[in-house]
Amino acid sequence: MVSSPLSAAIVGSGNIGTDLLAKLLRSEHIEPRWMIGVDPGSEGLQRARDAGLEASAEGVDWLFAQSEQPDLVFEATSAYVHQANAPRYEERGIQAIDLTPAAIGPYVVPSANMADHYDAPNLNLITCGGQATIPIVHAISSVVPVSYAEIVASVSSRSAGPGTRDNIDEFTRTTSRGIEVVGGAERGKAIIILNPADPPPLMRNTVFCAIPADADRDAVRDAVARRVAEVAQYVPGYRARSEAQFDEPSDVSGGHARVAVFLEVEGAGDFFPPYAGNLDIMTAAAVRVGEVLATSRIPA
Amino acid sequence: MPYSDTLDVRVTDSSLRDGSHAKRHQFTEEQVVAIVGALDEAGVPVIEVSHGDGLGGSSFNYGFSKTPEQDLIRAAVKTAKQAKIAFLMLPGLGTKDDIRAALDSGASVCRVATHCTEADVSRQHFGLARELGLETVGFLMMAHSSPPEELAKQARIMADAGCQCVYVVDSAGALVMEQVSDRVSALVAELGSDAQVGFHGHENLGLGVGNSIVAARAGALQIDGSTRRFGAGAGNTPIEAFAAAAEKIGIKTGIDVLKIIDAAEDVVRPAMDGECELDRLAILMGYAGVYSSFLKHAYRQAERYDVSGAELLLRAGRRKLVGGQEDQLIDIALELVSEK
Repeated sequence: MVSSPLSAAIVGSGNIGTDLLAKLLRSEHIEPRWMIGVDPGSEGLQRARDAGLEASAEGVDWLFAQSEQPDLVFEATSAYVHQANAPRYEERGIQAIDLTPAAIGPYVVPSANMADHYDAPNLNLITCGGQATIPIVHAISSVVPVSYAEIVASVSSRSAGPGTRDNIDEFTRTTSRGIEVVGGAERGKAIIILNPADPPPLMRNTVFCAIPADADRDAVRDAVARRVAEVAQYVPGYRARSEAQFDEPSDVSGGHARVAVFLEVEGAGDFFPPYAGNLDIMTAAAVRVGEVLATSRIPA
Repeated sequence: MPYSDTLDVRVTDSSLRDGSHAKRHQFTEEQVVAIVGALDEAGVPVIEVSHGDGLGGSSFNYGFSKTPEQDLIRAAVKTAKQAKIAFLMLPGLGTKDDIRAALDSGASVCRVATHCTEADVSRQHFGLARELGLETVGFLMMAHSSPPEELAKQARIMADAGCQCVYVVDSAGALVMEQVSDRVSALVAELGSDAQVGFHGHENLGLGVGNSIVAARAGALQIDGSTRRFGAGAGNTPIEAFAAAAEKIGIKTGIDVLKIIDAAEDVVRPAMDGECELDRLAILMGYAGVYSSFLKHAYRQAERYDVSGAELLLRAGRRKLVGGQEDQLIDIALELVSEK
């Protein structure tokens, strides 16, 4: 059964919105129709017009004044702006996919918990580090109990904008919470490292999980490999650097047996350069969320 | 211009923070009480206590602490009669909540560390620390990897955010004499009376004391070290040697040389698992510009995967890893295994 595509507006005409547009234009399930910004000189708005969208620098008020309203809105502004916009989308029955840290709606990770939230008026994408690592925590916790999970996200300095830099605590806090709520770990911890090396390194992520000493290692290894392949379906540059690594408990491991998974994310190179896998995985995950919603909706 | 009426430079001992790397974060409260007591008695004005990677560092990636760090900070505060107790935190790992907890534990100096090109991630932490009435210090880590003028621009970002003293931090122990004074001078010129300048050295090329004297002569008013070199890599500038050398050339540190020499031998040494040695891997860190705390991790992964620790560190240098990327040493070890 082929469902008819959902119409979508992108709110936020900056880099994220622009990369998102490039991906949505390839989607069979979502039709991007509107791009909203606040700066008439925005290159993102011009690019959207060139791609055949209606674009406006007059903010969401312009969108709401249109006779036709989108099925979906992708919010790529800021937490502050999304807080103001979210209730207005909901009033109008527009389902919102939130790429900001506002976290008004439930956290979603496409390969982990989408099925719980088809009807949520607002879905939040957590953080880039969360999208890159929570699928793996979730895969492991689906096989064995995970009392603690820790992730280390290393991103190129050039791919970390002022929003991330001014709010680095929010990254660690939000990602830690996502590891618990969506990943299924009892306790989560997130670490982010900015590396200024030139040429810029690809995004790297390491996932460490505390698992029972007698855990079925083959089952864990297989679950991780399968999940990496699933994420790679919507983030083509997502890959494991090696098989999952297992370590016995020791004093520096806090007495925990440990599994470690080493990941790399190469961006698709749509608008962002390939090293910015951290930005690519956010827009790719947003598109995936939208597509899952599109295919889950029963035609009226 | 001296640090104060009585001190030319103010020394911070980091054996209970940088030494935590060498100790694999297994300090006990008894060890902290003994070391703080001896250093305090010898007149060390500031003593830093934290996990080696700063507040919140207890983790798989860096090693779990044996004792919760706030317990260690409280024990240090209770023991010190004159010394201020400092703590370290790295944005991206520790958070503002950790700073509040350390204040509650009685610490009074907040040291915030970033890689030397990423100072802007520290703004909210300096802002909070000043609001809470904490004295602030900023760490520009891996300072060998940035030229003096770039380092000075980053120091300005920290000073504007509320940092009262910006350190040139030679995390890899890779700086050689003039490379220290050029950087310290650039920061002094940039910051003027807005903030002081400090220097944190490592012994990976055997230059800790020499580099620290050069730094002081170039205008650094705060100097870090660790008694008995108790720190990452080949260890830090030995405080007892720095205090002795400084006294001979008329730099006042306020530290009693004979007492700190005794403390090093009788109190600090027994708490160490072994001496911090200038061995093959430690020298390679200074030579290749690798973050000193990678040392113990490199030894561990070299043994775990039966690969060369030297090759591990050289590749870490080639990949331009920065502080905090200990996880990538395992990735490099796996790469070496796959090439066998």
